[in-house]
Amino acid sequence: MLPTLGGRIQTRIILLAIIGGIVTAIITPVLPLPAGTTMSQAYKTTFIILAAVIVVGIVWEFIYHFIMQWRWEKDWPTFFGFITMINEGVVIWLLLHFGLIPGIAKGAVPTTAFVIDFVLVWIAFWLWVNGPMRVFNIRWRFFGGRLV
Amino acid sequence: MSESPTELGSMDPSIPATIIRERPAVAPAPAEGGAPPGSGDLTDELLTSDQWTDAMLQAAGIPVADVPLVSIGGGIGSFVTVDYLRIAGTPTSKIAVLSNLDFPWQTYEYLTRVSQIPRPERIRSDSASRPDNIWGFPSYAVTEAFQEGKWGELWHVFAEPMWADFYTPKAGRVFAGLERESKRIGWDQMLVKGQVRMVRKRQGGGYFVILTPKAGQTPTKRVAYRAEYVHLAVGYPGLRYLKELQDFRTENKDYYHVVSAYEEHEHIYEAARTKPITVMLRGGGIVASRVLQRLMDDREKHHLQTQIVHVFRTFIDADHSPNEQNLRAWNKRKGANGFAYQGFNYPKSVWGGQLKSEMRKLEGQDRATRYKEMGGTNTPWRRSWQAQMNQGRRDGWYQIMQGTVDEMMIDGDGKIVSVVKSKSQPGPVAIAADYIIDCTGLEADIAEHRVLKDLLDHSGVGRNPTGRLDVERTFELRGTASGPGVIYASGATTLGGYFPGVDTFLGLQVAAQEIADDLARRRFCKKIGTFRSISQWMKWARNKQP
Repeated sequence: MLPTLGGRIQTRIILLAIIGGIVTAIITPVLPLPAGTTMSQAYKTTFIILAAVIVVGIVWEFIYHFIMQWRWEKDWPTFFGFITMINEGVVIWLLLHFGLIPGIAKGAVPTTAFVIDFVLVWIAFWLWVNGPMRVFNIRWRFFGGRLV
Repeated sequence: MSESPTELGSMDPSIPATIIRERPAVAPAPAEGGAPPGSGDLTDELLTSDQWTDAMLQAAGIPVADVPLVSIGGGIGSFVTVDYLRIAGTPTSKIAVLSNLDFPWQTYEYLTRVSQIPRPERIRSDSASRPDNIWGFPSYAVTEAFQEGKWGELWHVFAEPMWADFYTPKAGRVFAGLERESKRIGWDQMLVKGQVRMVRKRQGGGYFVILTPKAGQTPTKRVAYRAEYVHLAVGYPGLRYLKELQDFRTENKDYYHVVSAYEEHEHIYEAARTKPITVMLRGGGIVASRVLQRLMDDREKHHLQTQIVHVFRTFIDADHSPNEQNLRAWNKRKGANGFAYQGFNYPKSVWGGQLKSEMRKLEGQDRATRYKEMGGTNTPWRRSWQAQMNQGRRDGWYQIMQGTVDEMMIDGDGKIVSVVKSKSQPGPVAIAADYIIDCTGLEADIAEHRVLKDLLDHSGVGRNPTGRLDVERTFELRGTASGPGVIYASGATTLGGYFPGVDTFLGLQVAAQEIADDLARRRFCKKIGTFRSISQWMKWARNKQP
């Protein structure tokens, strides 16, 4: 990707909400959440996690933008977009683990359920921005990932 | 040759920001005598007038055809723009492409072939830079993976540029894609063969484009196209040789031993197969790398004794900040053994990211300076080339040196001796070679192109800070509006504008998108929004007409 800071943030918020939202809606019923979790509780939990990925991700985008300045090409290779799943996932998991995400009780999300949820959302988002997105908006790739 | 500045930053500082006016105070006398009225050729009145009336053409006897948009050039620049416009809903009847080319990739294929990229070899272009697909989806790498079962290409684009060289498509795949897309959009229905002579403003709005069809094909020598919009994509204005090489060629009438890499020069590779020869290369860009690769490949394949001497005017031996005194961490390009290394001909983000956004805001000298800071000749760092060059340096058959050449002569053995002045040597060094290949790829001034010269003289267009045609962010030629009419330009002639990567596949698409959007604002075509984009992509995928 060839993002600008503004484009990064817009792409993060809008596309993660849409693509991440669709994936979350599909996979939530099959996640291995603790027995007795109602469907509405499950959806509330997974959508709060998605919101946390978006909000915390805005901070990450500033860090990525800063790191990108050391690259001569001022680009963000496809691999970077993939591998940042690890650092972002770990931070969200830690926030969950310590009960720091509002609306989700400490220990309410088993690690397995979180990993499945997070990885599937991330890969869907990553595949989308590296391909089909270019068909949905022909200007997006030439304007640093900006949508508005 | 024009004395106008062609180098960055060489303009007179007293001249306002982005424009170097080439236009003389009074209209210049015609270089050629006008034809008599009624002859179907250009009269004195037409040659000297900046603006033409319908009556003037009638008096000259030149037939006029009405087409709302004319694209001049007919190469890949025209193709990409017309492709966009067709996808934006423009019928073929509203577009004429005036060109002396039979098909859009004709010149490109010739230049890549002679500069050692035949169809099976890979060009220097990104996976998603597809001139046959405005979306760049699916990318070349994905298509190659699925069509040829080369799943490794997916790893290639996943790991590039850290653990794999940048993926680049094979020339043959690019040409095949262009052929398919040109049939799909009805290219041949829009193509009119001939040589464009000039574009002049029309009184009352729009333009006249004068075309000289092949002799005998039309009753008159010239025909005129009356168009509201003109798109100019004439490519590189011409090739320039290193001065000392040109002088040598002219003085000795030797166009055989001293050649440009952009000329047919297969005889050199053939000679290398018959006897041990020494070849001198000049230049440090992609073409030098390609020619070097060919020499090294042949050496290996046929067990040859070819010696290669590579002379760089600017010798890069380490990481560097182009045109800056000190190395800056934020602006550091890799370099070694003479070459500056970069994946593509500009830092990647000029085609959509940070640098594109930054350049779009810069004017005049600031823009010229920024161009310098990211410029300079460069070539990609490819694993296979590195291995070959390392071997050559180790074994002594590949020598590199910094230097410039003032003097060239023929010695007693019939070899060409270049007297090289090098910063690393106290005195000049004489180097004898059997052949010299100029890989510098210097470009001629835009005024050497007849149509561009005419525009500079008559249309009101100026030059940008790098001496090329001055375009707006929409790629409209600044100062050339004629009533509601607009002239747009894309490609190499617009280098130095608000967008740097103009003479590349993706750059032509960036320009085409700006032009199509501007024409949509002027209600010439439809804007490509999400729904049109998706439905048109489906048509592309099924190979249906737009």
